[in-house]
Amino acid sequence: MKDDLGYYDYWPYANRPKITWPNGAKLAFWVAPNIEFYELNPPKNPSRAAWPHPYPAIPGYSIRDYGNRVGHMRQMKLLDKYGIRGSISLSTALCTHHPEIIDMCRERDWEFFTHGIYNTRYTYGMTEAQERAMILESMETIERAVGRLPAGYLAPALSHSEVTIDLFAELGGTYTCDLFHDDQPTPISVRSGKRFVSVPYSLELNDTIVYVVNKIEPRRYGQMIKDSFDRLYAEGAASGTVMCIPTHNYQVSCPHRLKAYEEALEHITGHPDVWVTTGREIADYYLAHHYDAAVADIKRGRKE
Amino acid sequence: MSTQSVTSPHPSVDDGYLEYPSRRYGMDHDRYAWSMLTERKPVTWPDDKKLAVWVNLSLEHFPLNPASSSASKLVKLPGGMTMPYPDLRHYTLRDYGNRIGVYRLLEAFDKASVRPTLAINALLVERYPQLAAMIRERGNEVIAHSWSMDTAHASDLDEVAETELIKRSIDTLTTAFGNAPTGWLSPGKLESPNTPDLIKAAGIAYFCDWVNDDMPYAFHTKHGDLVAMPLSTEIEDRFVVIDNFQSEQSWSEQVMDACDLLLAEANEQGGRILSIPLHAWVMGQPHRIKHVEAALAYVMSKPGVWNATAGEICAAWQAQQRVA
Repeated sequence: MKDDLGYYDYWPYANRPKITWPNGAKLAFWVAPNIEFYELNPPKNPSRAAWPHPYPAIPGYSIRDYGNRVGHMRQMKLLDKYGIRGSISLSTALCTHHPEIIDMCRERDWEFFTHGIYNTRYTYGMTEAQERAMILESMETIERAVGRLPAGYLAPALSHSEVTIDLFAELGGTYTCDLFHDDQPTPISVRSGKRFVSVPYSLELNDTIVYVVNKIEPRRYGQMIKDSFDRLYAEGAASGTVMCIPTHNYQVSCPHRLKAYEEALEHITGHPDVWVTTGREIADYYLAHHYDAAVADIKRGRKE
Repeated sequence: MSTQSVTSPHPSVDDGYLEYPSRRYGMDHDRYAWSMLTERKPVTWPDDKKLAVWVNLSLEHFPLNPASSSASKLVKLPGGMTMPYPDLRHYTLRDYGNRIGVYRLLEAFDKASVRPTLAINALLVERYPQLAAMIRERGNEVIAHSWSMDTAHASDLDEVAETELIKRSIDTLTTAFGNAPTGWLSPGKLESPNTPDLIKAAGIAYFCDWVNDDMPYAFHTKHGDLVAMPLSTEIEDRFVVIDNFQSEQSWSEQVMDACDLLLAEANEQGGRILSIPLHAWVMGQPHRIKHVEAALAYVMSKPGVWNATAGEICAAWQAQQRVA
């Protein structure tokens, strides 16, 4: 084990090269619905149990199934209403299990990025070759389903190895959602030296972290999203910021929670200088317009 | 490409960990068909009501000596004893629900003209005949809720023992209330791999353990289909107030927000169900009851609301599923 994986250098928020977004937007806003499949009876991983209950772990399994049976349509309707294209963090086995959901998202020109094959298969204990095969299979599944390889990766159930991000870059990816160190995109040093970035995804505003881990009330979650937006929008006048709301249809789409989320989306999309976009578009724009200046500035800072 | 070594603290997984034998269209099991709620035929409720409101009150008994009497050693049920024996604080606080809380809640239901559905641990009617007599007198629908909050249905409960446990629970409730319960709720919504088959064989028509839908659906067993009824955990009093430490006020706001959303959805997509799952020992407390009253008053004031029992909602749904 290492004390740091060396993916990025320390880089102070103050005095960075200015980020501009298309049409003078102050903030790039994206919503990342996790569309996941959890197995009722997954093989055991020695480092992490998939479920807190023995087979059949009905409480955990059934609420996640709720997300696909009920929740997906609710959130999709809301994103349609506010003109937001989702950037899907996809358990790619869902292409086989529930192709109807994939078709609806493809018709809407949503982005698909990979979140592994199942959210009950953890990276822990995989050899580098096994992990590479798992990531590649997930990427190829997306390519088959929607005609384009994914650009982004969020490791399944946030389970990583020391080389997860290196492997994804080598397989052709351009951005990671796994790092929570910044409110702006940042260059990521991968062992292949490829141009690769982190796009802010947010753990703090992730509905599952909010509801399951931090046990926050729905209306307070709505307020947290608005407060977060207000601050990042204000700071974005000086240099462009990124805000992401990562969601799960089995959390945010429950009947008692959707209203607070809708109010937050209404608040955000009601502001003029917001670039409502996808993770991939943020990564591509940053790589084309800001990546080189960022790398030079980081290098300069290191020498001082 | 570099092949630098990985310094992993994790035991390795074999290549079987990268095989996916259940990756197929639909579900990864055969208990029910994959189906999105919006793809189903719209449901209507009696008198063209839009939202069926199912107020479910669980009446539970938590034995003081779970370590020695538990049916399962594999799982712990929510609300069980946590302190060294004798855990009088939790034992009596749960018992409070059966002495005080239930009466306070029933009064609140009556005041709001709400007919509740009562999920009852069968042991309770043996222990507290006065409580059983009162419930029989009221005539509310009773759901079988196993024997006690110490009889978890889990995979270490063998089929013979589980069959007996289910029969004993149903028989005791049948004797106490004069008719056999048609609904089942497993303690903690936990099941063994056999539970759905065994309750169906015992005459149960619907069960409330799977929280994967907002509407009923057909659930396959070895003995024919059960109806899976949607009793939400996410908005349950115990989950919101005890597990998640959220305020009673927030709980009642969540019920109101759910009511608004489901009513709006019902107006566009056909009948919906709002379940309001309560526990006598949680919401029967004096500092919580007014929030139950507020939530029920709000829900019952909405045009289009049909307050009904789980069995009534199940029957109304089922009548619309038969092929014409």
